[in-house]
Amino acid sequence: MVNGFLILLLCQLIGELIVFSLDVPVPGAVVGMVLLLVGLIVRGNVPEGVRTSAQGLLSILPLLLVPAGVGLMVHYELIVSEWPVILAALVVSTFVTLVLVTLLLKWMSQSSVSQADGDRE
Amino acid sequence: MIAEIWQTYQTEPLLWIIVTVVAFLIASWINRLAGRTPLLHPVVVGLLLIIGLLKLTGTEYDTYKEGARFIHFLLGPAVVALAVPLYDNLARVRSMLLPLLVACTTGAIVAALTAIAVGVWLDLSMQTLLSLAPKSVTTPIAIGIADKIGGYPSLTAGLVLITGALGCLMSPFVCKVLRVDDPAIRGFSLGVAAHAMGTAYAFEYGALAGAFGGLAMGMTGTFTAFMLPPLIALLGL
Repeated sequence: MVNGFLILLLCQLIGELIVFSLDVPVPGAVVGMVLLLVGLIVRGNVPEGVRTSAQGLLSILPLLLVPAGVGLMVHYELIVSEWPVILAALVVSTFVTLVLVTLLLKWMSQSSVSQADGDRE
Repeated sequence: MIAEIWQTYQTEPLLWIIVTVVAFLIASWINRLAGRTPLLHPVVVGLLLIIGLLKLTGTEYDTYKEGARFIHFLLGPAVVALAVPLYDNLARVRSMLLPLLVACTTGAIVAALTAIAVGVWLDLSMQTLLSLAPKSVTTPIAIGIADKIGGYPSLTAGLVLITGALGCLMSPFVCKVLRVDDPAIRGFSLGVAAHAMGTAYAFEYGALAGAFGGLAMGMTGTFTAFMLPPLIALLGL
């Protein structure tokens, strides 16, 4: 468990170092995720400690998002004056994105399935 | 006496960590009572409870942040941890790689463009508009992008969470109307449109949906981080 947590932290640290030295706009944690994934593929399985730590962290993922959201209170006046537009933009954009991504995946995975069926014939 | 204790503990991280966890537990309990509706998403209700408490006690956000950063810190290793469900579902990811890439890049561009378009159309102020643009991206990436393109990072963080709640609210309806019940597609579209909150919600459809949510979140976040600053420049904002 503890060594698993250390591996997660080390992946993030190496990710941060890569981001810092290459000056890319991506957070270190995302690079760390890619590094861990590559590591797992090379190793061929998930070490027990890594799995336990990962499951623990992912089960409290929503809680971890709360502190950053409280920052909304700093922009109280701005939100009061502009909330109808902000909400409209968020609703329209989220809805269009969801529908589009779902449809794209539905069509493309159907065509790849039927193509695979065609190959077998 | 109480004032004295308050004076002492107001600056202690322990107090704000407990406040955050308790607020989240109360919010989760309210959410369960309300039949798990994403309309009362525990993250949104939780942060509103905390904002209410801070306003009531006259506490500055910076005082709260000083303590709550210990919880915020764990977001980093949690993002790294998403590699585990991803690895578990690698075969499925490989078989769908091209559709996933197309859906993610299209989704990320459309998410930013539609938000900007509605904002411009309805005369939103420039800084709010720039804070709005990265709203479909997971919090740590969105904050970085907002900072880079000239928005308010803390406003972006809040808008990201509201987007997340909206995505969770709309997803069951969208999937029902479009007649999609593949957990991979459900999870991936949630991850593109609603980042970590969509991913957390996708885990309720099982580990496969959660893994695809995490994958979508990582891909969309990374792609948007590179795509949005040049797009904003291109639009002349």
